[in-house]
Amino acid sequence: MTRPLAWIAGATLVALPFVYTAAYPMHILIIILIWSFAYTSWSMMGRFGLVSLGHGGFMGVGAYVTALLWNHKGITPWIGIPVALLAAALLAVLVAYPCFRFRIIGHYFALVTLALSGIVLQVITATRDQTGGSLGYTPERYQGASSLYALQFGTKTTWYLIALGIWAAGIYVWYRVDRSMMRYALEAISEDEDGAAAAGVHVTAEKLKITVLSAMMTALAGALYCQYQMFISPDTVSGISISLQMVFAVVVGGIYVSLGPTVGAVITILLAEVLRISFGTRAVGWDNLVYGVLLVLFIVFLPKGILGSLLALRRPGRGRPALHA
Amino acid sequence: MLELRSVRAGYGSFQALFDVSLEVRHGEAVGVIGPNGAGKTTLMRVISGLIRPTGGSLVMEGVDLLATPAHRIVELGIAHVPESRRLFPRMTVEDNLRMGGFMPAARPKFARRVEFVYELFPRLRERRRQLAGTMSGGEQQMCAIGRALMSDPKLLLLDEPSAGLAPVIVEQVFDLVKRIRAGGLNVLIVEQNVQQVLRVVDRAYLLKAGSIRAAGTAAELLESQTIREAYLGV
Amino acid sequence: MAILDIYLLEALINGVLLGGVLALLSLGLNLIFGVIDVVWICYAELIMLGMYAMYFLYVVYHVPIGVAAVICIAAVGVLGMLLHLLVIAPLLGAAPINQLLATGGVLFFLQSAATVLFGIEFKNLGLRLPVLKLSEMFISYSRLLAFAAALIGMGLVYLLLTRTYTGTAIRAIAQDRQIMTLMGVDSRRIYVVTSAIGGGLAGLAACLLVLQYDVHPFVGLSFGPITFLICVLGGLGNFAGGLVAAFVFAEIISLGGLYLDLEWGYVFAFVFFIVMMFARPEGLMARRS
Repeated sequence: MTRPLAWIAGATLVALPFVYTAAYPMHILIIILIWSFAYTSWSMMGRFGLVSLGHGGFMGVGAYVTALLWNHKGITPWIGIPVALLAAALLAVLVAYPCFRFRIIGHYFALVTLALSGIVLQVITATRDQTGGSLGYTPERYQGASSLYALQFGTKTTWYLIALGIWAAGIYVWYRVDRSMMRYALEAISEDEDGAAAAGVHVTAEKLKITVLSAMMTALAGALYCQYQMFISPDTVSGISISLQMVFAVVVGGIYVSLGPTVGAVITILLAEVLRISFGTRAVGWDNLVYGVLLVLFIVFLPKGILGSLLALRRPGRGRPALHA
Repeated sequence: MLELRSVRAGYGSFQALFDVSLEVRHGEAVGVIGPNGAGKTTLMRVISGLIRPTGGSLVMEGVDLLATPAHRIVELGIAHVPESRRLFPRMTVEDNLRMGGFMPAARPKFARRVEFVYELFPRLRERRRQLAGTMSGGEQQMCAIGRALMSDPKLLLLDEPSAGLAPVIVEQVFDLVKRIRAGGLNVLIVEQNVQQVLRVVDRAYLLKAGSIRAAGTAAELLESQTIREAYLGV
Repeated sequence: MAILDIYLLEALINGVLLGGVLALLSLGLNLIFGVIDVVWICYAELIMLGMYAMYFLYVVYHVPIGVAAVICIAAVGVLGMLLHLLVIAPLLGAAPINQLLATGGVLFFLQSAATVLFGIEFKNLGLRLPVLKLSEMFISYSRLLAFAAALIGMGLVYLLLTRTYTGTAIRAIAQDRQIMTLMGVDSRRIYVVTSAIGGGLAGLAACLLVLQYDVHPFVGLSFGPITFLICVLGGLGNFAGGLVAAFVFAEIISLGGLYLDLEWGYVFAFVFFIVMMFARPEGLMARRS
């Protein structure tokens, strides 16, 4: 994006909630921003061929650890969130380290991470006495509508700005990584791991770094979601469906582009909302069904994702094939 | 019997064969010799259908090979022994042979054909239950040839049968080819080892950098200057 | 025998019985991967549909249970073929991740379809099979039946793979895909047949699981991840390894469930998996990568 255009767009985004305050669209925007941030976090790993199907697990950890610490121990999210991020990082290292150390990649890695998110869901269900299990969990309201201490805010405007800020920070991190040595190391690794190692790249360390970063960002998205919605349940923040949703959205939007995940979030969330509205309460699950079919069609016919395909049309050779894990 | 005319083929943007024309007549054994990278294996793969040519024509006994789906080419009587054998390593010798006789027309003849192969290669009979991947190079070559023979082919394609084998074994392999030949089978061999192949075939072609440079009887080529030049790059 | 020993033995035996069914599941997944080089992430959802089929056939339409089982196996077999023809075949040349994602999309679709068609309430066959008493241990008949049926199913597949031409071709294609045409094998047909067998195995698993567990649209989440872990640990495509891993995991789940909720058994299994990765990184008896 050219500079002046970016600034104008940015200013518009920031000014938006002060000009336009209808609650429902605001809510959708906030949701889109939070999920865009989550999807961007995933793509930090995905773009280098480290396809994780388990990021739902990290999101769940982020959401539940924050909420549990608040409800059971009265620990403010200002401390709770960092703890949650740490927990996610630990989990990431625990699972990813053996995978990377022993060269578990591709299909194997995807399946292990898939199992991971499944297991996180099982843990949440198993500890139903503390976590409410499949019925969900609500962080306790603190002294009225808005509180900085409890990180709970009554107005959509505040949340919008927070979500916007976090989302922008996510894009910023994406760019920082894109311009760093880590990016080249990881690209080399994804092309030819042995060659990269021979060239002196610390393969396991580099992979672990990006995984931990990605996991922590995703956990942050989970914590944010929890604080905003004030209700979490295993299926909405963790589990296989969430993990798959993340990957789909990024693939739809375009995995190698900074705004690809965001585009993917916009498309998938708007689509889900449209379906939910048109099918209404008449039939539960129809919206997900159409969603699922469309996603399969997308994979079959548009493997580069929307943004990626458009870019490829503009600059031939720039858009790479979806993923070469 | 088999006729190639102006065949062009390659891999992606890399062209490996340029206007190759050759033929194998009934009752003949024909060799294709040439240095490394000449396109010999590509030629074999084009004939057996593993890759599709980009131009030219291939006809086997009047049937257009280009119009035949790859997995039905064996029904026309063409059996290909691939480069480096390509046995199924974790299957027994007998199972490998069985796969050779997979095509419907070959299945009723299985008992007879497998007996024929075991007569030809007694060592295979001893090792029929052994996993193919655990055998020596020479034994694997025998098994690979045996597998190709299971479909009772009219034309046997041998791709670099001497590759990776000790000279003594190579000698045995070519003796075997002679015996198979004597039984009435037509053979098309591509080989780097000029001496060995020219004592087994009637005619041969020289393939270099994707083109046929010379053709003639085995005797002619043995003496030829062109061959020496091709191999020594003079 | 002391009370604790009885429970322990019971858990061990139940573990073996569970292992039989898990082995069946891993066989199906390994077959598909070994031959077609694709992982059906939605495999557990195929089983879920099979379980629903059993429910409707037996409870709603009063089809005798034996007949229902046969129909179920055939139906899920067809489902497997359709999955291959509609989703996998068009993507055979694509990047592996796209294949994974496509089956993930099918997972999503099947779960939603089940929700729409059947609702989210738990459904049960309502079959109360007797419980056997073996010197103070209680072994449920349905588990024994499941184990026996799983063994028979695997035995049949074994015979198919070793005694028929198609089965031999299936084994061959898993070892060297490219030369299959030289022997007159049409790879696409083999893929379809393999998909049908994989689906059939899922159908069989459905019959066995529905005897013991309720069915609901998300029941696949209970055993899907475990099946993946089993296959990875045993080595994707490695039938023997998957078998061994299945029984090991089953024991862990069973023993874990002895003292804690069932879900903890799964957690232990996952922890075990992580530990095994350190101890034996190539998978228990890995052959493929």
